[in-house]
Amino acid sequence: MELAPVFAWFYGLLESLGLGDTLNEIISEAILALVVFGFLSLVALFLVWWERKISAHVQQRFGPMMTGWHGVIQTIADAVKLLQKEDITPSLADRGVFFWAPVICFVAAFAAYVVMPFGKDLIVADLNVGILYIIAITTFTVISLLMAGWGSNNKYALLGGMRSAAQVVSYEVPLALSVLGVVMVSGSMSMNEIVKSQAGWAGFHWNIFFQPLGFVIYIIAATAEANRVPFDIPEAEQELVAGFNIEYSGMKFAMFFLAEFVNMFTVSAIAATIFLGGWNGPFLPSWIWFLGKTLAMVFLLMLFRWTYPRLRVDQLMEFAWKILLPLAFVNIIYIGIFAKWLGW
Amino acid sequence: MAEDYLKTEEMVVNMGPNHPSTHGVARLILHLDGEVIHEIEPVIGYLHRAIEKVVENRTYAQCIPMMDRFEYVTAMMADWSFALAAERLSDIEIPERAEYLRVIMGELNRMASHLLCVGVTALDLGALTPFLYTFREREDILDLFEMTCGQRLTYNYIWVGGVAKDIPPEFTPKCREFLDKIDAKVDDYERVLTKNPIWLARNKDVGMIPEKMVYDYGVTGPSARASGINFDVRRNDPYSIYDRFDFKVPVYHGCDCYDRYMMRIQEIRQSARIVRQALENLPEGPVRAKVSRTFKPKEGEVYSRIESARGEMGVHLISDGSPKPFRVRLRGSSYSHLCAIPEICRGLKIADLVAIFASLDIILPEIDR
Repeated sequence: MELAPVFAWFYGLLESLGLGDTLNEIISEAILALVVFGFLSLVALFLVWWERKISAHVQQRFGPMMTGWHGVIQTIADAVKLLQKEDITPSLADRGVFFWAPVICFVAAFAAYVVMPFGKDLIVADLNVGILYIIAITTFTVISLLMAGWGSNNKYALLGGMRSAAQVVSYEVPLALSVLGVVMVSGSMSMNEIVKSQAGWAGFHWNIFFQPLGFVIYIIAATAEANRVPFDIPEAEQELVAGFNIEYSGMKFAMFFLAEFVNMFTVSAIAATIFLGGWNGPFLPSWIWFLGKTLAMVFLLMLFRWTYPRLRVDQLMEFAWKILLPLAFVNIIYIGIFAKWLGW
Repeated sequence: MAEDYLKTEEMVVNMGPNHPSTHGVARLILHLDGEVIHEIEPVIGYLHRAIEKVVENRTYAQCIPMMDRFEYVTAMMADWSFALAAERLSDIEIPERAEYLRVIMGELNRMASHLLCVGVTALDLGALTPFLYTFREREDILDLFEMTCGQRLTYNYIWVGGVAKDIPPEFTPKCREFLDKIDAKVDDYERVLTKNPIWLARNKDVGMIPEKMVYDYGVTGPSARASGINFDVRRNDPYSIYDRFDFKVPVYHGCDCYDRYMMRIQEIRQSARIVRQALENLPEGPVRAKVSRTFKPKEGEVYSRIESARGEMGVHLISDGSPKPFRVRLRGSSYSHLCAIPEICRGLKIADLVAIFASLDIILPEIDR
């Protein structure tokens, strides 16, 4: 069942109340924001549980089993526990910066979903600079990490913050270049247009078949963007104890934690949208296709995390600038030749 | 220029005593320039229990449990090294079966320790899964120990004059079962780690210990053999019955963390070989010589050394002929390794320090005693 008609029916209901266009707009936008927010919170809770289960099975354990069916409400219990915890601010912290860092992280993680096409016609706002907007807004995360590192007045946190700044800025470049390849083919930066350009072949005209190199570059850079192993050096437990979030507790820590998982969902959703055909697909409703593809990408990222060791900070930078960036240029040249000259 | 108006200064970071990758309560004061280590000052003493002094007030039989606490990761070997020293000061005839059991337990303990080391090295480099795999096999070894002496960590099994008690009948089949699968399991770890490009990047040419530094700091055991020093106490100065077994002493020449890791992998395989031979030839008979509770060795002085899992473990024992040792001095190899760390790490990154610390397999009770 498609979900777009449900929202259209609801909007019609709102209009029939006769409140005037402005008020209609405000109410519907507010409700949409709540729906997206609620959906993402559920996703984050689910992903935390899923990650624990996947890691457990990779490591031949069971993972959470006691709370609910196979521990499915374990994360809710954890979240409630975190909410009850005392919210500690270190006495020497820069209070303003310390307070706003998790908020910015949280907002930046969620704001990306304004232009995310969850299904056919299921998009909050179809901006004509969609993908550019996402890349720009998710980069705000690095500011929050830097703020957390600086504001905590802790040396480990500072090292973590500096590492994340260096890392995210470096990996932003190959990431943007790999996305550029898709934009060149689809001729638009709007997320909806990108999805529609992959609609052929009964819903299997995906960009990944034409740009495998771009996809690989995107996945690597996205893993780094989401601060996941093997690129999780900003929080490298074994080196920096917890990195940038070492001084955070309670609700603020929960915000960082949820934002991390939402970020992982974001990069996976972008990969699904621009490389795996978005919500295109036969038989099933479009939003199931989108969710399935995204969760498949999340699964891949989780397998990375539980398989690989972590890179060292200088190796990480070398990899971004000396290997990934030239490859991204090669990818663009290749797409230029095939897509523009030969017309595919 | 940036240097003209940007003032930078050295950052002093206190790593430990509570830190996830210091394997206990090591405290290292790091002088950092950004991520680069300028200077490391190790601070020791957080686990000091005065074992050397405590044993002076105990009879020889009571000393053995203290030795378990001296080196709790390879407690069998710690027991063994003390028992060996006391036996060398007297004329006790150790029963044949006891010697074989000592070798079996010692080598199983070496495997358990190396499994721990490989797993923890991976854990410290961010790969969390191999840690669980190696602990799965270590668990089997600990089960064998539990079956034999009731303990999983501090065994109090190797006594002066033999071993505490005989192995139960179900030990041998269980042990054979374990030996049959361990090679395949080690292959599994190697499949996850050995050729992994990230693992190679993190370990190859990191933490070089050239031959000269080995001699300067007294680095011993697998860490020295990874630097091309072909020396193993078991072969070069055989104690117990090690001269009867056919085993190879692997030697690597890379001097880096990677070769120290390979060293451990190979030693696990060699230890399995030794245990297999010992089980094959295990004779029947008593497991303990008649040693009285107030056993008095001859007056004199002795130094015994054994090849423990992380290097040479020595006991320097002075006896005045009374039932209690007059003076005991313990040599733990981790102490020498910790002393070498500041020189190894100079100019490297924090992440390398973690890798080096893990690859040298430093454990803290051995340092502080």
